[in-house]
Amino acid sequence: MSFLSLKVNGQTHSLDVDPTTPLLYVLSDDLGLRGPKFGCGLGQCGSCTVLVKGQAVRSCITAVESVQGVEIITLEGLGTVEKPHPIQKAFIEEQAAQCGFCLNGVILTAKAFLDKNPKATEKEIEEGMSRVLCRCFTHTRMFRAIQRAKQGMAR
Amino acid sequence: MKNPSFIENENQMAAGAADALERAGFSRRDFMKGSGALIVCFSMGGVSGMLQAQTRAGAFGENAAADSPPANQVDSWIAIGSDGKVTAYTGKEELGQGMSTAQMQLVAEELCVPFERVNLIVADTSMTPDQGVTSGSQSHPANFNHSNLGGACATAREAMLQLGSKHLNIPVEQLTAVAGTIRSKTDASKKVTYAELLAGKKFDLKVDPAAKRKPASEWTVLGKPIGRPDMAQMATGTFEYAHNVRAPGMLHGMVVRPSAVGATLLKVDESSVSGMTGFVKVVIKKNFVGVVAEKPWQAVQIAGKLDVTWSPGPELPKQETFYDHLRNQKPTRDTLLVNSTDVDQKLGEAATVVKATYLHPYQMHGSIASSCAVADVQGEKATVWSPTQGVWHQRATLAMLLGLKAENVRVIFRRGSGCYGINGADAVTYDAALLSQAVGKPVRVQLTRKDEMAWENYGFAFTIDERAGLDAQGNIIAWDHEAWSPVLGNRPVYTYPGNVITGYLAGFQPEEFRPRSPAPEPTTFSNNSNAIPSYVVGHVAGADHGAGKVKSERALLHNVVSPFWTGPLRSPQRLQNTFAHESFMDELAARVKADPVEFRLRHLSEPRMIDVVKAAAKGANWDPRPSPKARTASAGVASGRGISCVAYEGDNGFSAMVAEVEVDLATGKITVKRMVVAIDAGPISNPDGLRNQSEGGALQGLSRALGEEVTWDDHNVTSIDWRTYHSLPLGFSVPKMDVVLLNRSDVPATGAGETAITVVASAIGNAIFDATGARLRQVPFTPERIKAALSG
Repeated sequence: MSFLSLKVNGQTHSLDVDPTTPLLYVLSDDLGLRGPKFGCGLGQCGSCTVLVKGQAVRSCITAVESVQGVEIITLEGLGTVEKPHPIQKAFIEEQAAQCGFCLNGVILTAKAFLDKNPKATEKEIEEGMSRVLCRCFTHTRMFRAIQRAKQGMAR
Repeated sequence: MKNPSFIENENQMAAGAADALERAGFSRRDFMKGSGALIVCFSMGGVSGMLQAQTRAGAFGENAAADSPPANQVDSWIAIGSDGKVTAYTGKEELGQGMSTAQMQLVAEELCVPFERVNLIVADTSMTPDQGVTSGSQSHPANFNHSNLGGACATAREAMLQLGSKHLNIPVEQLTAVAGTIRSKTDASKKVTYAELLAGKKFDLKVDPAAKRKPASEWTVLGKPIGRPDMAQMATGTFEYAHNVRAPGMLHGMVVRPSAVGATLLKVDESSVSGMTGFVKVVIKKNFVGVVAEKPWQAVQIAGKLDVTWSPGPELPKQETFYDHLRNQKPTRDTLLVNSTDVDQKLGEAATVVKATYLHPYQMHGSIASSCAVADVQGEKATVWSPTQGVWHQRATLAMLLGLKAENVRVIFRRGSGCYGINGADAVTYDAALLSQAVGKPVRVQLTRKDEMAWENYGFAFTIDERAGLDAQGNIIAWDHEAWSPVLGNRPVYTYPGNVITGYLAGFQPEEFRPRSPAPEPTTFSNNSNAIPSYVVGHVAGADHGAGKVKSERALLHNVVSPFWTGPLRSPQRLQNTFAHESFMDELAARVKADPVEFRLRHLSEPRMIDVVKAAAKGANWDPRPSPKARTASAGVASGRGISCVAYEGDNGFSAMVAEVEVDLATGKITVKRMVVAIDAGPISNPDGLRNQSEGGALQGLSRALGEEVTWDDHNVTSIDWRTYHSLPLGFSVPKMDVVLLNRSDVPATGAGETAITVVASAIGNAIFDATGARLRQVPFTPERIKAALSG
């Protein structure tokens, strides 16, 4: 064990953890966050996604020591139930979820992609989302929500 | 960190109900016994016989545990607080299908209270009635008709009208129920609230199946596309899933599954891990092996390092020849669903006999989340937070597994990820409970991806033979369906912990396989598995029950023992049988050069089936002509369209789908361009929820049709992650989707969640045939199989 400094959603935490622990475990178990989720533990599905310096990163295969001190944003860091971020609002308005477990990865991957590619075409967005899984297959609504968010962010 | 709360929205509970719960502590049953009874002076005469029939709630609560809140009591379903808030109790869970929202709409509508004033308590054995499992499109039939939750709300509203009449001294006919108030129809100032009428008492009323339900024409809440209240929490990462439950002093467990299917435990060397950081305990029970650690990552590492020796396990049947293996395996358990006894004779007389064999693989639920549960077993008592589909079932089998009394076990449902049937939820709850019992502290277990995928109860593999006779005019005169399907285990229900992997490893046997051959003649009609095609009369016990016109009919199933665990997967058996029936129907239409829609309509008698077929065809702007389309090129891309339909479980919902596909003739790659699905689920509770379910079902069906297949080698399942089990990701070319809803207010509510997925593989297969003339008879339709069919 050793002390690590982690900056999550604007707050700095000093944590006594094994530095090889995947970031996901620290976020969900040491910090009690509910946004990032364990889907596969292999970096294949996207459920554990967080934003590290604005990039979508799979926290289940990212050692916590590698992200010390850098800015980490989780789904709850974007907005709240009362004041959701525009992309969260788009998903709520489109009712773009079923079980909702994958939503963390879908929203954060889409946000990172749109931030970088604000004028992306439908095809490009599809490619941007190509490594994310939703097993309820809410794809139609999710793409609608991403389009809505894109238009909202462009304004 | 937040302790797990007994209910999701404690602060929103009806005031009276919350107080009573606090008094009751562990159980709402005390609340129900202890509160004062409300005396309602209105006649219950004339319905006692019906009540008898309605008193037990499976989906309707048949076989309910003796100490379940009784399904025939209004108080089992609803409580109205002194603040006018309504608390409703249900055994039908929110699994992502929108059932909580629809049930809140139902309560608001029937009870005439604002939607915002309704709080729903979902599946907790200390509070909610035993409604079996939330599965098989049974939630709507169970709770939205005249019994259970819907019946209770209607009974309560009528009781409020009676009491209001007495209170206001106004005849019932001149009263109306609005926003939790009984008021005069002509003078709005003459009114009294439900809370005032109840005065803190309970209803003490039996659910009256004859209580008048509000006609759909008067609905203001039900039938509307109300958004899900949990959506904002999910989108902002604040929703509590089973994975987020944290109990004080909680430890973390991991399981070590056998090294091969059927392997048994020989030796565990605890010294291999006992010095590791965070190590708490190694737990062994027969062939069950698990570890407990202080932190989750420690548990993962310890489980990985634990030195365990297993026996090699038996050799598995070869996957390459598995479908023939099914057909040749003995013993069998045979079931005849329908048998006119003249099928062979009619086939002998037919102008043409068509035969085909269809193959469907084991597929997995493949939930996005590895299953997770928290258990707190201390001495004689246990509390678990579980994503199980049936809390009362889980309670009974957990008691067996732990050697506790069922009444000392409390199971609280917490949502996992979408399950689509029995995924790892029950197994992981057993895992957590066994580990917690061994350490006497709360333990959380989250399976690895491999443990989720390699050991779940897979959806059934099938080998299906279809034979039909056609007369000289091209009409079907006989249909013979014969299928072979492997089974092992199932849902644990109330008595079989060994029906899932953990219970089996801990020493419980799965439900016994009882050979039976030949099959007895059918005495009652059941098309629960859709083994009976839609086009036959379904003549059993002196009456026709089917959706079609063909009189000569036989449907025969041979179950055999499976090498892998099996269980219900979204549209169990129905999807596989429908793939065969509807592909075969298309082959028959092609044989007589008939348009596939017209050919179906010609053989159907059920008006609701006819309507969905017509609606899907109309929605897709169907071009009537025989399949296949004349192929103009041997290279490039060919396009085509196909139709499929089903009377889900015979009568529990109707759907039809038109799929439009493109086939790359060089690569065998399929692109589905458009799907039009027509759904009739009776009166629609929430059209947006039904659309969401139908869109999801259609695309999930597409993924299963094109890529999903459980694979194995000599000893192990080899589809153990998302690289080896092929689910369509978000990035595939999503087809344009049209959902056509046929809203019927004159019939009972039916299932809806499994209707769309049931028709997908056949609709796509038929479209591929239309495009290319190549018939796909084996799911999934991989590019290799398509290329083989194209060249064949």
